[in-house]
Amino acid sequence: METLTKSDFNIDRSTGDFRYDVDYAFDAGTGLTEKTIDFICDVKKDPDWVRAFRKEALRKFESMPMPTHWASHDLENIVFDNIRYYLSQGTEPKRSWDDVPEDVKRTFERLGIPEQERKFLAGVEAQFDSEAAYSNIKAAVGEQGVIFVGSAEGLREHPEIFRKWFGKVIPTGDNKFSALNSAVFSGGSFIYVPPGVKVKHPLQAYFRINAENFGQFERTLIIVDEGAELTYMEGCTAPKFETATLHSAVVELVALKGAKIQYITVQNWSANVFNLVTKRGLAHEEAEVKWIDCNIGSRLTMKYPGVVMKGRKARGEVISIALAGDGQHQDTGAKMVHAADDTTSNIVSKSISVGSGRSTYRGLVQIGRHLKGCKNNTECDALLINTQSRTDTYPAITVRGKENACQHEASVSKISAEQIFYMQQRGISKGAAMSLAVNGFVNDLVQQFPMEYSVELKRLIDMEMEGSVG
Amino acid sequence: MISHTPEDEAMLTGWPEWFLAEQAAAFAESTETPTPTRKDEAWRFASLAPLDLSRFGKAGSISNEGRLITASVGLERFAAKMVFGNNSLLLHDTGSLPPGVIFQPLECAAREHEALFRTYFMAQPVELGSHKYAALHKANLATGAFLYVPANTHISLPIEIFHWVEGANASMFPHTLIVCGENSHVTVVDSFRSADGAPALACGVNDLHLAPGARLTYVAVQDWSRDTVAFHINSTIVGAGAQATALSINFGGGFVRGESLSRLVGEGGRSEMFSINPVEGTREVDQRTLQDHVAPNASSDLLYLNALDDRSRTIFAGLIKVQPGAKGTDAYQKVRNLILSDDADPNSMPGLEILNDEVRCTHGATNGPVSEDELFYLQARGISRDVGRRLIVNGFFNALLERLESEPLRNHLIALVASKATASALHPSSRAEG
Repeated sequence: METLTKSDFNIDRSTGDFRYDVDYAFDAGTGLTEKTIDFICDVKKDPDWVRAFRKEALRKFESMPMPTHWASHDLENIVFDNIRYYLSQGTEPKRSWDDVPEDVKRTFERLGIPEQERKFLAGVEAQFDSEAAYSNIKAAVGEQGVIFVGSAEGLREHPEIFRKWFGKVIPTGDNKFSALNSAVFSGGSFIYVPPGVKVKHPLQAYFRINAENFGQFERTLIIVDEGAELTYMEGCTAPKFETATLHSAVVELVALKGAKIQYITVQNWSANVFNLVTKRGLAHEEAEVKWIDCNIGSRLTMKYPGVVMKGRKARGEVISIALAGDGQHQDTGAKMVHAADDTTSNIVSKSISVGSGRSTYRGLVQIGRHLKGCKNNTECDALLINTQSRTDTYPAITVRGKENACQHEASVSKISAEQIFYMQQRGISKGAAMSLAVNGFVNDLVQQFPMEYSVELKRLIDMEMEGSVG
Repeated sequence: MISHTPEDEAMLTGWPEWFLAEQAAAFAESTETPTPTRKDEAWRFASLAPLDLSRFGKAGSISNEGRLITASVGLERFAAKMVFGNNSLLLHDTGSLPPGVIFQPLECAAREHEALFRTYFMAQPVELGSHKYAALHKANLATGAFLYVPANTHISLPIEIFHWVEGANASMFPHTLIVCGENSHVTVVDSFRSADGAPALACGVNDLHLAPGARLTYVAVQDWSRDTVAFHINSTIVGAGAQATALSINFGGGFVRGESLSRLVGEGGRSEMFSINPVEGTREVDQRTLQDHVAPNASSDLLYLNALDDRSRTIFAGLIKVQPGAKGTDAYQKVRNLILSDDADPNSMPGLEILNDEVRCTHGATNGPVSEDELFYLQARGISRDVGRRLIVNGFFNALLERLESEPLRNHLIALVASKATASALHPSSRAEG
């Protein structure tokens, strides 16, 4: 067990909080009109169907109201006209590390990407602003027939697979922000795993934002064919800016019969980012989709990873950790749609609110009529650190059919004074004791993250806890 | 829809002038407030078609008052009784009430105890979505029950109130206002019934106010006809150290919208919110609740039980709100859906909003069928599946009724639930497998 004192975990908090001037070769300017879409299409040499798709999405985006009848009114502070919807240094992903420009490389080096590479991670797809600036798949993975490319390359080179599933899991009009993403998307990953291939190492992508007032709209589509398995990891850090930035991704997962997908996210955007993400997986017969989601950064995150279980015995799972510090609102949760017999889902959510932070759990569980043997289990626990901290829970559960079962439990608590006192008696500072208690609260979930991530997570929690003790 | 004007009411009931002016304002508010739409979060999952109230009109007079008075039987022993039919008072029996207790029609209270009436009458803003219907209620209010129990007064026997509606498409606006003085004790049973099983509109308000140390048990037994559209809007204000137990039982109504707000305004107050809902056919029971913890060290406990058969629907949307000053809050919220049919549609939204860290709040929602193991156990002892099911549903509800303190009240309700709920919720025709 760690017995760190406060000074011991005085980590350099400026890591990930820096920016370099980058010469943006392609810049669509601010604001969003049909012209912006044409500009993006021209630069990216999009096929006509993509251009039509984007324009249709723009119309949907413009016609849909902000969802403030249920969501935070903070959304009203997003000024869409002040946002740059596209900029890129070049649209071709760089294949080898040597091709990556020096200043960009410096940014990545501080994020530790080369180190991750050394840790036997199968491939690295690092998104720098809109486009993948660096992309490499280990030969072994490529030989197995796994396709791991940027989404732009995916739709150009593999249209037969890409078009079949693109926009099918999350329709353009699913919500206002998925419509926005569909209009201006660039970057993100496209992965296809052939039948029976079990990708041993997790594939990994890093996302960063590095332009003031710049929204990032990556689009990820992952298809895992019958009996295949994949783990995908996504980690985010972003430099701080003076004005708010917008990040609105769409991630679609398709697990065909008997396939398994695990999608892991550690989100640590800086505290001025609006992070409005739509993530959903489609699980066919006996397939399993598992979202492991950790939200630490951003100003406002709205993210409810979902699984649509459309095949018999499909399984969905969401493991969620949220940490809301001063001024932050982590509005996260899960959606489980049971659409076939004997499907099971599990949601475990833990949130921690520190200072004036607010964490919200929003959940949706649906079990359709005439289904049998479906089960859902939901647990959400919230921990409040300070008196002004806030937590909300808003689940919506519709379970039809008398051969289905569902249970939902939630609790809210604070760190027990006895625990802290006990540790202080043994010479552990109050700050370190609080960190230990918080880490203990989320420990069973953190265990589910790959090793590098769980270490990083513990460190991030320690950092967030600094100064939260009065 | 409701064509009569507040001026008509003055002749019938004698509301004071100032109240008629308020009714006129409420009438304007009810017509100006738009009907809820899909976009209203407070109406999520609710069927909106029943909100077209255009077919309902003013209730006529009761055809046989004596029959309804005779039928207004509840508990064996009671302290006082009022019977209302189609918005007028049929019986007023103050029985053996202790001195100082005020138990009279609302409009009399508005005249004779204006200060009390003004302080407590619809004093809480309607926060759970039905402000249009609360305004409609106020605009059309003709009479209702007013109960004031002075400080330190204990009324040991329950007070019973009956509300009857009669005639096709009649509109009924029942109202019960209870004000409990410091350290007073009282139990009230409100019954809502249909005289003829005809379709009707019922739009009722009942407000409970508990001064410090008061104890109130309030039971609403709703048994409108299957074709009734019913709104029941409730608020309970709990002072320091006071304890409110409110139970609503919904046997009837085709579309029932219930809103219950419990606000804990005094330190150490306690509010229990219970509901029993056997639903069948195409009935829909839509309940929205709020446990609002304003004061420190208060507790609230909500338990709603739904047994759903056929194509029935339930919606439960509950919220526990812990305000920044409410440290030491202990709040609990649970909804349990017992699913008896594949076509039943239960929706649960148990919510929490916690703004203070020194709290203990838990909530839960469960959905599940009648346990096959339990049925098998009963069958092995010679009890048919059908009877077994009935016993299990009965036991499901009884677990809640057992928590009522008063034995006569508990036994009365257990018998009532056994005869009505399990008979209707489990009519054998819906059992395909027998």
